[in-house]
Amino acid sequence: MQTLHNIEKPAESEYLNCIRCGLCLAVCPTYQVSLKEAAGPRGRVALARKGLEGQLELSQNLAEQMNACFACLACNEICPVGIHPAELTLAMRHVQEQIKPAGWKQALFGGLIPHPGRMEASTLPLRLYERSGLRKLVYRLGALRWLPRKVRDLESMLPRLPQRPLRQVLPEKAAAYGEERYRVGFFLGCAQNLLFAEESAATVRVLRRNGCTVITPKQTQCCGMPARGYGRLDLVVTQAKHNIALFEQAGVDFIITDCATCGSTLKDYGALFQGDPEWEGRAKAFSGRVRDVSEFLAEIPLEKPKGRIEARVTYHDPCHLRRGQKVWQQPRQLLALIDGLDFVELPEADWCCGSAGSQLITHYDTSIKVMERKMDNLASTGAGISASGCPGCQMQLNTAVQRRGMQVAVVHPITLLDQAYEAEHAK
Amino acid sequence: MQNKLVEELIKIVGKANVLTAPEDLAVYGYDGTFQEARPEVVVLPESTAQLSEVVKLAAATRTPVVPRGMGSGLAAGSVPLPPGGMVLSMTRMNRILEIDEENATVHAEAGVVTAELQAAVEKRGLFYPPDPSSIRHSTIGGNVACNAGGPRCLKYGVTGDYVLGLTVVLADGRILKSGGKPIKDVTGYDLNGLFTGSEGTLGVVSEVLLRLITKPHYARTALAEFAALDDASRTVTAILKAGIVPASLELMDQTAIVCIEEAMHLGLNTGVEASLIIETDGTDEQTVQREIDACTQICQSSGAVAVKMAHNEAERGTLWKARRSMAPSLARKAPNKLGEDITVPRSAIPEVVQRLRQISVKYNLPVVIFGHAGDGNLHPNILFDKREADQWARVEKMVAEIFAASLELGGTLSGEHGVGVLKRPYLERALGTTSIEVQRSIKQALDPLNILNPGKIFPV
Repeated sequence: MQTLHNIEKPAESEYLNCIRCGLCLAVCPTYQVSLKEAAGPRGRVALARKGLEGQLELSQNLAEQMNACFACLACNEICPVGIHPAELTLAMRHVQEQIKPAGWKQALFGGLIPHPGRMEASTLPLRLYERSGLRKLVYRLGALRWLPRKVRDLESMLPRLPQRPLRQVLPEKAAAYGEERYRVGFFLGCAQNLLFAEESAATVRVLRRNGCTVITPKQTQCCGMPARGYGRLDLVVTQAKHNIALFEQAGVDFIITDCATCGSTLKDYGALFQGDPEWEGRAKAFSGRVRDVSEFLAEIPLEKPKGRIEARVTYHDPCHLRRGQKVWQQPRQLLALIDGLDFVELPEADWCCGSAGSQLITHYDTSIKVMERKMDNLASTGAGISASGCPGCQMQLNTAVQRRGMQVAVVHPITLLDQAYEAEHAK
Repeated sequence: MQNKLVEELIKIVGKANVLTAPEDLAVYGYDGTFQEARPEVVVLPESTAQLSEVVKLAAATRTPVVPRGMGSGLAAGSVPLPPGGMVLSMTRMNRILEIDEENATVHAEAGVVTAELQAAVEKRGLFYPPDPSSIRHSTIGGNVACNAGGPRCLKYGVTGDYVLGLTVVLADGRILKSGGKPIKDVTGYDLNGLFTGSEGTLGVVSEVLLRLITKPHYARTALAEFAALDDASRTVTAILKAGIVPASLELMDQTAIVCIEEAMHLGLNTGVEASLIIETDGTDEQTVQREIDACTQICQSSGAVAVKMAHNEAERGTLWKARRSMAPSLARKAPNKLGEDITVPRSAIPEVVQRLRQISVKYNLPVVIFGHAGDGNLHPNILFDKREADQWARVEKMVAEIFAASLELGGTLSGEHGVGVLKRPYLERALGTTSIEVQRSIKQALDPLNILNPGKIFPV
């Protein structure tokens, strides 16, 4: 039995208070696709408890049950007792990393991800794949069909890649078009910078159009969610401190993000430093300024776009927006502003898409099964556009659409708003 | 567990559906109570045929078999008591086999989640009324095995009232089919009735054939608040005496209201001693409205300080969501809770409520009172801390007194949870020796090897 002294552990109440009622099983995507108790929140809570109390060894298999959680937060929300099984699985991953650290995690989450420059260099081959025309060629030749299904699914996750990372393109300060009403900071997330640069460029345009001078600090580090997902809570703390200090210097009223995951993590910095005399106040001030872009736009007087988009559109709720930040009405309100859009509500809109960060890579079969339910619902709407304010969800939905050969464009809602503004110029 | 048996099981259901890892065994040992044990193996069959083969193997090797749905039971009925044996998880048998609109029946496998079965038949304009609070996290097979109830049972009856036919795997693996689509059937013994509520001790329910009714299109829901708990409990009988049968008539005392409010922030008045949730439903809108209006008047003349109507489907939904979260949300108040399930003739509701309060005072532990007051089924929940030995001793005395009070008033131990492990010690007092002897002979006849959910129901 491993010794658990001097190790950061989850609070006892988070597992002792479980009364095993089973309500969480009804909403857990991984339970629903496996129908096995160990793959549900109640089972994971029981395993965490037994592991920490010494009734079970903290084995590889026990750790795997924690890693298999998609952290979609549905269990946190439904638990009548008020415990947070999804957080518990993350805390248990942290326990596991303290007992048995994995070297590759240090390299990836400590050495690579917090450094925007290294991230950009390491993803250059992906951009070349797109830029050189190789990707087009691969598609035209149908070369992917020779590859295993899993590899094809991973390839189709990738959006159309930008020429250059957005960080290298965006100015540090972009003045409001017209009169400045707000001075906002923009937190440029890793996925947005490297993969969805066009979306974040649209975010900045829409903000400027609505009276915002947008400050984009170039030295932001990863919000920390990937490290947290892999049990390296210690690295989240380092990254958070860096980001807090960075935005303190920027002197902005709000910190805007167009990534659901970044937003939920940044808003959580306050809680992360609970009880830390030096950082608690600073972290809370930081988190209090963070807004998802749709949330921010819903709070300010917004110019109604004059352009039209003729299409049927639906909206998938990212877990990190709907449950992580309680932001779900605002993106729908933005879509309602656009003339011509025929909005259809997606059945089970807040059912996880199966992305959950990197679960398509690490838990392929489960991820695909969770996604299939999403796609059945999506198909039932007949929508030609599926909007969602999260790069992870968008990548997953891209895969899904290509697997089924559906004619559905997967976009961030902000790009639709941007298009509707731009369409006016086209006239 | 012998490797040989595991190998044989794998041949029947496949490797992925025979679980032996310590992590898997650890999570199939509990249900919705604080009881816990550990099985030696978990098997997840996919069909009645597989299930039959598995039980044959269990019989041949004298391995105890403990059927389990989603483990939401409140009597420890699916806890695999030592030596553990085999937990039969029915969750993969989750197909709806037929919805017959002409005859208004549904044929489903035991592992179908009850809420999903309901949703499927409602799409066809049909209705399956029983609605245990665990509706989204319990299976129809588990509901039949425990004869589950729920708020709507006041008007519509319990699970057993809808069972037309069953497919049951017997203790030796034979497959028994009882009943069928005819509504009237007196050909031989009522085996549906025998297996319904038998808690997996007589056979494993693998498929169910249920009677359905037309979906009531209209419902009106009111929340009536009372300054005095006694007034609320007297109102229950007053409404029923007036000739109105609401779909549901639910009572919550003050602690219950406070717990819900803390969990869900609905804006409930936590200053009142009790509330009633009253719902009328039916196919004629005016009748439904007239009935809820009449209920409102009776509440007002019986001392209600306020009667609030749900104005739309969302408000109604919220109210019921709150009610369904009632029992679990009590865990916010104390580390442990013990929920009982006594049922008395409805005329005795005011009296039994009085006695529950006296018991609470006498032992100085909170007893939260809520439940389906309309049909006399109450869920007194004792809040305590099991780590304090002294408290647990008091709880045990309180349980005995609660049961005694129910029996004295002509009531019973359990209305809808079942006996399982927790109520075994009180069974003889409730039923008398003759009844227990008869039931033991039935068990002996159907399960001579005593391999089906051994140790449950009967006093040890």
